[in-house]
Amino acid sequence: MKRLLLILLGLFAGAALFAQEEDVPIADVIFEHVGDAYEWHITTWKDHPVAIHLPVIVRSRTSGWHAFSSKRLEHGAVHEGFLIAPDDPYEGKVVEIVDGERVRPLDISITKNVLSLMMSAVLLAVIVLLTARWYRRHDALEEAPKGLAAAVEPLVMMVHNMAKENIGEDYRRYSPFLCTAFFFILLNNFMGIIPFFPGGANLTGNIAVTMVLALCTFFTVNLFGTKHYYKDIFWPDVPGFLKPIMPVIEVFSALVKPISLTIRLFANMLAGHIMILCIVCIIFAMAKYGPAMTGSMTFVSVLFGLFLDLLECLVAFIQAYVFTMLSSIYIGLSRAKE
Amino acid sequence: MVLAVILQAVAGAAFGKVGAALGAAVAAIAAAIGIGKIGSSTMEGIARQPESAGNMRTSMIIAAGMIEGAALFAIIVCFLTLIL
Repeated sequence: MKRLLLILLGLFAGAALFAQEEDVPIADVIFEHVGDAYEWHITTWKDHPVAIHLPVIVRSRTSGWHAFSSKRLEHGAVHEGFLIAPDDPYEGKVVEIVDGERVRPLDISITKNVLSLMMSAVLLAVIVLLTARWYRRHDALEEAPKGLAAAVEPLVMMVHNMAKENIGEDYRRYSPFLCTAFFFILLNNFMGIIPFFPGGANLTGNIAVTMVLALCTFFTVNLFGTKHYYKDIFWPDVPGFLKPIMPVIEVFSALVKPISLTIRLFANMLAGHIMILCIVCIIFAMAKYGPAMTGSMTFVSVLFGLFLDLLECLVAFIQAYVFTMLSSIYIGLSRAKE
Repeated sequence: MVLAVILQAVAGAAFGKVGAALGAAVAAIAAAIGIGKIGSSTMEGIARQPESAGNMRTSMIIAAGMIEGAALFAIIVCFLTLIL
């Protein structure tokens, strides 16, 4: 045992002598993987980056609409007055130089996240329509579904029962929205965990996307609220000295609910992705400490990374479930009658 | 030891990072304590009445999701402190 420890110590000590240069910029690698970009970088083949260059569609205030491939903006090139800003402000985004300062044009480019959103929307539509096809061809009361419908039906029934339990009698109006939200979040979470194309774009870890989902819940809750719901917010049944401050508290709570939905989903997905990427980057960061360190850290890192990936799958389902459940609870509260 | 802290404060450089790291650590501790309490009470409940294990498991997952949301608020703030 002592001899083994001595050998290991010698290896680690010798490893320091074989240090390589080339510090891997871990922060850049991680942010490149979890952030948005104007091209989809797939891999690097023999020192050539293989990427899909996506269209940049911008409208500048001075020269109108422009649409071109992001290949023209590679390596800091300037095309038709636009370039990708290399540092703050607007780092990584398309800017125009107007009178010596950077101005952001109206930018509706197809970025990596947008393309991933389109692909997952098409995939979700295909899955749902194929499931519906089974129900058109068979009598659901005679036989149990087989194939894709058998996988999708328990999930739909889970959301449906959640809606029935939380909303009450008119749950059928809100069940489509809840099912859409659930499957959208679930599918995008899973696609974010898959490391290669067409998965791998961190869509639900983008705060804009989760904010839109939370805003959908916000509008559903507040546009379809019953009179009793609004009465409880603005003229609550409380003692006189509380009457002025309760509406303030209630309005604040109604605003905080979508904010918390946004941040919960966004932070969970982003944190999960960053953790997995950090664990994998440890392997490359250890390269400059020699083979023994690299080998042992690779072993640890692969095991831990695998565990984290499985945990991410669980978190993906839980976050979709919690978002849908909270939305159904808020809708149920807003549809309360008395 | 105290001199080192004072020197760092004078340099003005890393205090933000120390603060952010401490905040993240406290958020992790808080989340762990909260979810630990939920987990333990759920285990007790399941031990007492195994038939309701399904209900209890669902409520546990929901409550854990809430607590993680709060902890992740703190993590986001720490992250912003590091970046901005």
